[in-house]
Amino acid sequence: MKNSIADTGLSTPQETRNPDEPVLMVRDVHKSFGAQHVLDGVSLNLARGETLVMLGRSGTGKSVLLKLIIGLAIPDSGSICIQGKEIAGLGLSEMNQLRIKMGFLFQNAALYDSLTVEQNVAFPLERHTSMSAAERGDRVKELLRSVGMEGALKKLPSNISGGMQKRVGLARALALQPELLLLDEPTAGLDPITSAEIDDLVLKLQEENNLTSVVVTHDLQSAKVIADRVALLDKGKVVQEGSFEDLVESHNEFVREFFKRDS
Amino acid sequence: MESISTSNGRMINRSLEWVGDIGIFSWKVMASALSPPFEFREIFRQFDEIGSKSLPLVALAGAAIGTVFALETRSSLARFGAKSMLPAAIIYSIIHEMGPIVTGLVVSGRVGAGIGAELGSMKVTEQIDAIEASAVNPYKLLAFTRILACILVLPLLTLVTDFCGVVAGWIATTLADPISFQRFFYAGFSGVNFSDFLAPTFRTCVFGLIIGLVACFQGMHTKGGTEGVGRSATSSVVLSSLFVILADVILVKLILIFFP
Repeated sequence: MKNSIADTGLSTPQETRNPDEPVLMVRDVHKSFGAQHVLDGVSLNLARGETLVMLGRSGTGKSVLLKLIIGLAIPDSGSICIQGKEIAGLGLSEMNQLRIKMGFLFQNAALYDSLTVEQNVAFPLERHTSMSAAERGDRVKELLRSVGMEGALKKLPSNISGGMQKRVGLARALALQPELLLLDEPTAGLDPITSAEIDDLVLKLQEENNLTSVVVTHDLQSAKVIADRVALLDKGKVVQEGSFEDLVESHNEFVREFFKRDS
Repeated sequence: MESISTSNGRMINRSLEWVGDIGIFSWKVMASALSPPFEFREIFRQFDEIGSKSLPLVALAGAAIGTVFALETRSSLARFGAKSMLPAAIIYSIIHEMGPIVTGLVVSGRVGAGIGAELGSMKVTEQIDAIEASAVNPYKLLAFTRILACILVLPLLTLVTDFCGVVAGWIATTLADPISFQRFFYAGFSGVNFSDFLAPTFRTCVFGLIIGLVACFQGMHTKGGTEGVGRSATSSVVLSSLFVILADVILVKLILIFFP
């Protein structure tokens, strides 16, 4: 694409980085809200092209961890490095340079309700690329086609279903061709067919673009399909990390209890 | 007694916290405004939202105060045999005090509630977080644009209030005691000079700053779902109206000192 994010000068060229360097390193991260300790020493690594699925009961801090990674919240202690850069000391413009390389799908999509579907997806393109209106329009259509929403261009978010909003949110998250994709419950509240479509899309992105993803979900079926690695969180800590099969066969009581319902 | 002093202490703490938070918020908004992009499209959109859409309301408010003032003052002046002073009394009062303060209060009601509810709703539905996650500064895109529009639009709306007030005052006067608009206008403006008009009109820039800043702050700090959105809208109106009235008192004193 002529004016994609890669040639606007906003993206750091891939070849300047060590390919073995983890895209994301989370070290001993703690986060509290008042007296409530949400994260209590979480550590994770994520290699390029890997999909990490974070599982856990509601309120164990999975979504909070995603917000810490994209800089919407600040950890109380610990370190988060993205592409080798510690985000704690970054100024706003440096943080924004990193955010451009990340795509974030919010739990409830968080579409701008005064903008149409088309304008929502075009929002990051208008801000961070030098694309002409026609090129932007083509890119928006291409993104919406990839999530099966090409027919909803002129609709407002309030006029489409929750599942459709999620798909548009995913298209928006992918607009700048991110290197790290953060998905907060992408299949929650969706029917099984749409959930499978979203899973297929994440897999396709991973295969075609070598995209690195962190996915927070409660959907074990989805985790089984898309995860290279699964981390199970409980009480703000990673209880166990490994492949989906490793966790299914775990002897840890909490892990067995968590997976029992699905089996 | 102890519980009263404890609750008073808590209230003072909360108030000081609020002052500190709005200070930090103002700093972030100012800092964000210094770097490009300057969001001209959004600023013009806000001119329309805040300015054009407030026009009918401020025009009506201006006409109402002009009419009421003419009807009330006429009988009082007639009692002292000073009916000829009526045009001057109407025009001077509207331009000096009633036009600016009524515009400030009307706009703080309409725009304060609108901004508070809109930004509050964006906050609780994570739209503000989504803007930030898209590497766009929400302090600039949402707050600075609205505050600047409020500052620039308030004096213009005040002119509309003043104009409608004067015209309605003339209509109310002429219905009781026919007088041409030209005579009414010259009689009214004969004792008014440019500084009488300029300082009161431009003090509404401060009202605009207060309305925009308070409403954006309350909206962007909304907590607690739809109930929180309602609270933000209400507190935006209450606090901005309160500070507009306080600022009016202080500014009137300053104007009397510097433009005697």
